[in-house]
Amino acid sequence: MKIAIDFHIHTALSPCADEDMTPNNIVNMSVLKGLDAIAITDHNSVENCKACMQVAQNKDIIIIPGIELQTKEEVHLICLFKDIESAIIFQKLVYNKLPNKENIPEIFGRQLLFDAQDRIISENNKMLIASVNITLNEVFYEINKLNGIVIPAHIDRSSYSLIGNLGFIPNELQIRTLEVSKNCNINKFLEKHKNLNKYQIIQSSDAHYLWDILERESYIEVATKNIDSIFEALK
Amino acid sequence: MKVNDLIKKENFKLLTDNQTISKEIKGVYCCDLLSWVMANAKAGDAWITVQTHMNIVAVASLLEISCIIIPESIDVDMDTINKANEENIPIISTDLNSYGIFCILHDLGL
Repeated sequence: MKIAIDFHIHTALSPCADEDMTPNNIVNMSVLKGLDAIAITDHNSVENCKACMQVAQNKDIIIIPGIELQTKEEVHLICLFKDIESAIIFQKLVYNKLPNKENIPEIFGRQLLFDAQDRIISENNKMLIASVNITLNEVFYEINKLNGIVIPAHIDRSSYSLIGNLGFIPNELQIRTLEVSKNCNINKFLEKHKNLNKYQIIQSSDAHYLWDILERESYIEVATKNIDSIFEALK
Repeated sequence: MKVNDLIKKENFKLLTDNQTISKEIKGVYCCDLLSWVMANAKAGDAWITVQTHMNIVAVASLLEISCIIIPESIDVDMDTINKANEENIPIISTDLNSYGIFCILHDLGL
């Protein structure tokens, strides 16, 4: 069966995201749009995933806990986990390797943490916009240990993308799926990059505002509408 | 000038095997976006980059770069060094920053 997805959505925990990106707003907007599965992927943090998952508990939508990691090479990777526990284990590694600098809210924006009622619990004071001192190859190794998935983000962009920063996709990495950005014309893009035809391409919104979240326009084929089948389809 | 002339200088250390040090350095290029380097660097350039991923070796090999110079004492993975040895691309480490490297290359006649 085909399911409608958007696997790249930021909450107000990401310094550059709108403060209306709260768990209830995101989940309910995604339900209204008729999406089957979304992933919460803040910059270098998974701390709002749990609240989003709680909001979705009695709704017909799958919430995948994730993170948009910025590696040492300044490559952005969407890392998805099957459960919040694995995401939190990975979070510890990421925080250990983030530079010990504090966020400057006036410049980068506030980094808000919510509960499942959209109440602000606190602000994260780490500089989440920085690069994590972890190499691309290490990320694949660590995520694999946690049964997660790594999807190189917005590879059609010239900045913070695997192809822009490293020129091409390293052979040694086990990659099946690549993400392109919301405005990418996939056919034209693949015409230009013929060597990418062997990969599964998914489109995501990289939403920083509620209205950025995709409509039913990006699909993957799964056996059943559940998290195991989604991971099966992406791996 | 040759790669050999550079590694004779203080501050410059060859990380790879020394079978490639007779390569001629014809120019110098500095950039960290590998897609940009692939499009703009020239054969024979010494390439300064903070990137240490294995892909730098493939890019250098593709463009026939004379050597890769890693500034500011950044660690280079063994995987990258091994690959560079396979592809005969010299990798040089230095504590200098890009400006410092440019000054020395300029003094050596580039």
